[in-house]
Parts: sequence; C-alpha cells; structure tokens
Amino acid sequence: MSDQGSFYQRDRSWHPLAFTPSYKTSVLRSPQHPLLSLENTISELTGPVFGHDKLGPLDNDLLRNFAKTGDPIGQRIVVYGRVLDENARPVPGALLEFWQANAGGRYRHKKETYLAAIDPNFGGCGRVITDEEGRYWFRTIKPGAYPWPNGVNDWRPAHIHFSVFGHAFAQRLITQMYFEGDPMIWQDPIVATIPDKSAIEQLVAALDRQNTLPMDALAYKFDIVLRGRRSTMFENHMEGN
Amino acid sequence: MVQKLRLLKESPSQTAGPYVHIGTNPNWVEITGVWQEDLGLVLVDPETKGERIIIKGRVFDGAGDPLKDALIEIWQADAEGLYNSPQEKRGKADPHFVGWGRQPADGMTGEYRFETIKPGRAPYKDGRLMAPHITVWIVARGINTGLHTRMYFSDEEAANAKCPVLARIAHKARVPTLVATRAEENGLPTYTFDIHIQGEKETVFFDI
Repeated sequence: MSDQGSFYQRDRSWHPLAFTPSYKTSVLRSPQHPLLSLENTISELTGPVFGHDKLGPLDNDLLRNFAKTGDPIGQRIVVYGRVLDENARPVPGALLEFWQANAGGRYRHKKETYLAAIDPNFGGCGRVITDEEGRYWFRTIKPGAYPWPNGVNDWRPAHIHFSVFGHAFAQRLITQMYFEGDPMIWQDPIVATIPDKSAIEQLVAALDRQNTLPMDALAYKFDIVLRGRRSTMFENHMEGN
Repeated sequence: MVQKLRLLKESPSQTAGPYVHIGTNPNWVEITGVWQEDLGLVLVDPETKGERIIIKGRVFDGAGDPLKDALIEIWQADAEGLYNSPQEKRGKADPHFVGWGRQPADGMTGEYRFETIKPGRAPYKDGRLMAPHITVWIVARGINTGLHTRMYFSDEEAANAKCPVLARIAHKARVPTLVATRAEENGLPTYTFDIHIQGEKETVFFDI
C-alpha cells in the first residue's frame, strides 16, 4: 500500500487552540473565524527538499558551532530520536532546525533583556537532516528555565524549540521539546495551551541512561511525529486516472 | 476490543516564540559564523524562468498593530505551474527555482519582502486549474499553531473567478483578503499582501 494520498486531517483537539487567554499574546494573535477546511491540493502535497550540501560539519554540534574560547557552560547532553509519520514510517531527509537558551536561561537575541549572563561560547542554534531511517542526533547543553512577561511570575520550563520540514508543506511543524522529570512543565501557560495531557507528554523527551556517553554527556530521546498520508486506494479519482 | 488503527499521533504544535530567528535566521540576529547564510532568502537566480515580482506586506494583530517578530514562509510553483518537489509527478520543474522562501518581518516596521517569480497555474484535485497562487505560512510569538493561507494576484481576475479553492469561500466578501494588489515600484511589479490575523479584515486561513 503506497502512501501518496492526502494527509490525514490535523486533529485540532490534540494541538493547542489558537485562542488561549492564559498565554496572553495569543489573545490578539488568534483568528476568530473558523479555518477553511481544504482538501489537499498539489500545493500542499509538495514541499521543498533540503540537501545535505546545505549543512556544515558543526551544524549539529552546539557545543562547538559558536565556541570562541572553549566549550559552553552547562550540562552536556545528546538529543537524538527519529522523525516518523502517523503511519509509524520513518521520514528520511527531514530538515530539523532547533534553537534554545543557554544554561542560565538566556537567549542570544538582540531583543532579549533577561539579566542572566550571555555565554560567549554558545550561539544556541543547530540543524540536522534525518538519515534513511528518519534518525537524527545533536550535541548541546541543557538549557535553563527562565522568567517571561506573561503573569508577573511565569517561568518557562527548560525546552528546545524544533522546526520540522517533512516531505510536504502540509507537514510543516514547529514545536518544543521538554525534559523528563521537570516539575515546571506543569506550571507553564504555553505548555498548557495543549488541552490533552497525553499530547503534552508526547513533547517530553525521555532521559536515556542506556545511551548516556560515559564520562561525557547525558542522552535524551525525542521522537517527532509528522502527519501521515492516506493510501491512494482510498482516494477519489474524478478524472478516471 | 478491536484491532488498533493508526499507530501514532502527530506531535502537537507549540508557538515559535519571540526568538524563532535564532534557529531560522541566525545571521539576521547577529549570530554569525555558525552557518554561511540563512535559508530561503534568495528564490531566483539569473536563469530562473518567469516574470520577476516583489511580494511585500505586513502581518497585523487584532489591535491593528503589525507583528515585528513574525516569520513568513512561502511555497509556490514555477512559471509553468510545476512544483520543485519529488511529489510532483506531472513534469520536471525549473531547476533554477526551488519555490520556497523565508523572511523575517522587519524588527522596526513589521514589513516582509520576497523577490520571486509569478507562478503558473496548477490543477485542483478534479483537474480544473487553480488560479496562480502562493502558499503562505506564518508563525510568531502568540501563534500556537502556524497559520496557512494563500496569496492570489489582483491581475488574474478571470482565473481567480474560476479558482475552485476561492470558490470554497462561502463569505464572498472575504475573498479579497487573499488577493494581493499589483503596483509598479522601482520598475518591478510589486504585490502588497497584508495579512490580518484577527478583526474586521481577518484573512482567510486554511485547515489544509
């Protein structure tokens, strides 16, 4: 059974709603009209391809790709996993881009004003393309939690942002990875935009002691699931092809 | 009990946040030396076929203020209406045109800007031709799941009137929210496509 049909409809009860008043910025940045449901056309079933030639050798090494005088401060970790579709098939050739705060919870961004120190050896960005089995990995430091202006005392749990390109523009996704055992996950207004507890747990990476690098780095496993496609067996072919 | 159906659920979306550019446009936020250039800034080269155009606009919130931290991606067909993608089975797209672009909104004015070509027409599922259009995807702080919309062209009135996708919009008064207006600027056709996330002029967004 090939999977060249339309994508399964996005389950909007699994994703965050657009209007989530506890995350205040969403109030004025959420459409009020219903989204117009559109069966996939060629414009959504296609998507750009990113070749390995776009990547440099240190793109998946956040310990080294901005280092000036030595390694960045912080807990050394490896993040690895697979990109799969909803049919549990690997998605090879997926471009993942990720960004994060440093160990003190400070982003390197011109508009960031949090008082925690900038780390001169940490940029906070990386990218990788999945292999034939949909696998990826990168090295970094564990980001710190940080306060943000929402409520007067709201803090984001430690997290890494992920941007994912699958094989079609319909699969385009941005999400965040959290860390197993972090009690702050359950106090975060942005996490809480996701209405379903099991959906939140899908974004919590597991500490993997089997794959820890001895005397070097802890390992976290984070699988990402993109939308899957119907079998063409079930497609309507109005033109008789 | 019955047999299990599909095995996995899609990973839920989370907001791109205010610092999305660190991951997508690091050079633009002065994180230099990590990679040579930010992806998606340049769509055309001298050999790309098709009419050169500029697309520009702003993304507005429900209070009418432009978003200065938005990130806009576009995806489009080449001048013949073919997509540069392995899923494109109708023919081979222009090798000098990837068809994907990405630009941050300006940090002061909120304006985004793409230099690209005008796409050709591609077919709807039933074989009828859609009007020329560009798929647009918007993420920003406060947007929990990226917003999909389409940009159409004001000088394609006849094609727009017959586009099977535009025909799906029940409230005809909302169709113009998807149509960019053409003007000449510095000798180049320039289309202005403002996106309104909320309010009286709310853009039509798609659940694709």
